[in-house]
Amino acid sequence: MSFMSYLISGISLGSVYAIIALGYTMVYGIAKMLNFAHGDIIMVGGYVVFITVSTMGLPPAVGILAAVVICTILGVTVERVAYRPLRDASPLAVLITAIGVSYLLQNLALLLFGADTKSFTSVITMEPLKLAGGQLIISGETIVTILSGIVVMVCLTLFINKTKTGQAMLAVSEDRGAATLMGINVNKTISVTFAIGSALAAVAAVLYCSAYPALTSQTGAMPGIKAFVAAVFGGIGSIPGAMIGGILLGVIENLSKAYISSQLSDAIVFSVLIIVLLVRPTGIMGRKISEKV
Amino acid sequence: MKRKVLSLTLAAAMAASLAACGSSGSGSTTEAAATTAAAEAEETEAAGAETEAPAADGATWKIGAIGPLTGGTAIYGQAVVNGAELAVNEINAAGGINGYQIEYNSADDENDAEKAVNAYNSLKDWGMQMLVGTTTSNPCIAVADKSMADNMFQITPSGSAVECAANPNVFRVCFADPDQGAASAQYIGEHKLATKVAVIYDSSDVYSSGIYTKFAQEAENQGLEIVAAEAFTADSNKDFTTQLQKAKDAGAELVFLPFYYTEASLVLTQANTMGWEPMFFGCDGMDGILGVENFDTSLAEGLMLLTPFAADATDELTVNFVSSYEEQYGGTPNQFAADAYDAVYIIKAALEDAGATPDMSVSDICEALKTSMLNITVDGLTGTGMTWNEAGEPNKAPKAVKIENGAYTAME
Amino acid sequence: MKTTKAKKNFWLGSGLTYGMVIVAYILVEIALKTGHMSSLMEGLLVPLCTYSILAVSLNLVVGISGELSLGHAGFMCVGAFSGALFSKIMKGSIDPTVSLIIAILIGAAVAAVFGILIGIPVLRLRGDYLAIVTLAFGEIIKNIINAIYLGRDANGFHFSMKSEIELGLGEGGETLIKGAQGITGTPQASTFTIGVILLLITLFIVINLVNSRTGRAIMAIRDNRIAAESIGLNVTKYKLLAFSVSAALAGVAGVLYAHNLTTLAALPKNFGYNQSIMILVFVVLGGIGNIRGSVIAAVVLTLLPELLRGLNNYRMLIYAIVLIALMLFNSSPKAIEIRERIAESFKQKRQAKKEA
Repeated sequence: MSFMSYLISGISLGSVYAIIALGYTMVYGIAKMLNFAHGDIIMVGGYVVFITVSTMGLPPAVGILAAVVICTILGVTVERVAYRPLRDASPLAVLITAIGVSYLLQNLALLLFGADTKSFTSVITMEPLKLAGGQLIISGETIVTILSGIVVMVCLTLFINKTKTGQAMLAVSEDRGAATLMGINVNKTISVTFAIGSALAAVAAVLYCSAYPALTSQTGAMPGIKAFVAAVFGGIGSIPGAMIGGILLGVIENLSKAYISSQLSDAIVFSVLIIVLLVRPTGIMGRKISEKV
Repeated sequence: MKRKVLSLTLAAAMAASLAACGSSGSGSTTEAAATTAAAEAEETEAAGAETEAPAADGATWKIGAIGPLTGGTAIYGQAVVNGAELAVNEINAAGGINGYQIEYNSADDENDAEKAVNAYNSLKDWGMQMLVGTTTSNPCIAVADKSMADNMFQITPSGSAVECAANPNVFRVCFADPDQGAASAQYIGEHKLATKVAVIYDSSDVYSSGIYTKFAQEAENQGLEIVAAEAFTADSNKDFTTQLQKAKDAGAELVFLPFYYTEASLVLTQANTMGWEPMFFGCDGMDGILGVENFDTSLAEGLMLLTPFAADATDELTVNFVSSYEEQYGGTPNQFAADAYDAVYIIKAALEDAGATPDMSVSDICEALKTSMLNITVDGLTGTGMTWNEAGEPNKAPKAVKIENGAYTAME
Repeated sequence: MKTTKAKKNFWLGSGLTYGMVIVAYILVEIALKTGHMSSLMEGLLVPLCTYSILAVSLNLVVGISGELSLGHAGFMCVGAFSGALFSKIMKGSIDPTVSLIIAILIGAAVAAVFGILIGIPVLRLRGDYLAIVTLAFGEIIKNIINAIYLGRDANGFHFSMKSEIELGLGEGGETLIKGAQGITGTPQASTFTIGVILLLITLFIVINLVNSRTGRAIMAIRDNRIAAESIGLNVTKYKLLAFSVSAALAGVAGVLYAHNLTTLAALPKNFGYNQSIMILVFVVLGGIGNIRGSVIAAVVLTLLPELLRGLNNYRMLIYAIVLIALMLFNSSPKAIEIRERIAESFKQKRQAKKEA
């Protein structure tokens, strides 16, 4: 029975990683850049919801909408100002700029909101699900997170495969040069990608902060890096992969805490990641890249 | 060629900056202090020329404070810096120490030993005579060795690792980690709160693992059985359900939480979702949990903690401190702010005992204070009748408090 | 004819790099002797050397070998802990400088061993996957070190991965590594002179490696792995060589770092992925593959937040903005074009003057 409860808490942690990883992997897949600032956009989203819902007392739906709008604007602006000028530069230069943006957002939030921890009010009012006579408890946040994860995953897949913009995204990710030749506006496509990625970050912010309601300016840093790991785990660029990678990561983390060592759980998680990558160098769902000469 | 020219210019600029811009220390003296100092000087002048006004020569005390003002632990450093500033302003308004005003400056150490040494050096360049700091343990150990080399008086508000106060020039306001661990185990044992105890601690944090170690040792003497000792790290400090589940399965009646309130608020929330209600027991790092903005304080109901400071105590000192802190910085002050506030008043008491003046050298002030620290008795926010021994450790009693109806109530 | 010119360029380039370091050293020594050096700057001298060494050594992997490594701080951490442990054990029994030299050798050796152990599996991966695996190794090292307890008493050494109590130290026992608190009480033996000597040695090793046959092989692999393989170059061997030399040098920097402070703990700030990324920032900003640039960038970016201390709360904010601006100015194709145009116009003006 305790195994089941460890598993469930692993899945709830993993579902949060998964929803963050979805945004991460999407931006990576199309813009081919590791957006280290993704986690910090989540933090911004968290503060927006906190201010609108907890401080101003507006209904949660308004707060979530505000977070989505503000994060989207922020994401697109950051892309326009900091990443686009480096489009043709070395990919490492963009990586470093992303780190600069991450520092910038963290320190801006520290100045604006102070260092005090804010306790986020969960916007999810669903009652926890009790199984096996109250022995197993699945929190409302977990259920909503997993469901939202699946909805987002399906919507994203449909969007990419069925719409014109989605197809343009695929084309840009396959071959930027050829896409340009086919008349696709690469800059616009990447902007749209960032808009969607950031909107997803806002959704992730709501779910993440509801599940773990301690909000500080550093809130986004750790889940950002964990989501990055989850995305790589599942095969970076793959949308179902991010979902699977995230949940697996959470489950492995919690099971190793439970059965091996709570002190060394980070090391164990990362070791599993390394082993997976050594066996499948492009992650669980990653496409095999054939070598071109 | 262009590259070379560029790099040469850069190198030259670098060399120049090495020599030149070093002298520009940080200049963030408290403006309030400066203005009061000016007002003070005018007043003394007006009072007449016969009395030798001690502040007339323009000398001031220079007190510096160090703590993490940015990054993940900024909450503690900012509390220390604010708490100390509050005390300095109060003292200045009341006429200073031995008739001299205090100038105050703070520096950021990002909770990193190397940055802390940089912060210390930059304050030294500013002319610091006494240091309130540093806030966290590891940086404090690094700075304590530098301050010993300079023979500068240092009082750490919250550096709780034993080694922080190992040097003769360093004193401490808070309890050392082993004391807290032992005191907690003794309290639980003597009051027969529980026999089966679980501990959740942060194995990547000195404070937390230090308390846990001593707690475990003392628990054995007290006949407590530690049924689960589960760790977490700074990289995975969000989800505690597994640790809680293990503690629950092991049949723990009480969970000891020797870490800070940010994580503790999550532990309490998650235990509540699990529907598990053991007794929770914390240390001084737990203080502040009621001040977390928007936190559902009913979750903390029944939480016990050993802390030297409680923000809603009703004595006059605490009430005044809390209200002026809230007014100036917003938010309820935590234990760190209180420790730093006390630290400044402790310096004041020691300087008055020694009859020191700001024109003395840093080293002379330190020597005078080292002797005076053993003489003084201070009633502060974090303890009444505090005294110090030669090892730099404070002698004060922790108060056990329990959260009832969303407020602290003293337990005998 | 061509080779002599290339050789001349090499000597000029590397001479400039050494010269820059030596001139900076002399200037600093003069300032120190004449008392024109603030305490802040004096305290920063050793860290500047540490970060320069780290940047140069990472450039060997990122710039020369063309692999993205995000775990450099892990090697620094391993070197720091092994070196500091040696010095702590030997404290009082041998001369601190001798002890530091041995500690440096130990730190380099241990880090190199880790470099090889990690390099063998990891170097099979490419690009971002390699980056994430190196990041993972860095985090594993940090996590494990935080769980190590090592003590010594009359019966010898005791080791535990759980807590200090488990060590079961006898009377008069001493805890050497104390979990999260790490090692406390290492002798402060690092000096600016030692730092500069180590930096010069690092530069010497890296510059000579790059300009040797081996270095050209490594770069050939970077530029076209398949072509390099087809002419019989052993890809794994050369990549591993670059990786382990780089790890060893990071270990040296770690020892220098550990002996500059009396406390050594594996915190996210100093040995986490954030630090690895900071070192990468030095390399990228200084120019990928540009050794001299790495040193300059490391110095500038280490000094910058310290010189911004006067800005108080805005310090890290300004630092972030400057970082982004520098990246845009340095790497964006548009900025490069504008810079070139300005340079061009200067040249034209000069030419016009000459003609007139």
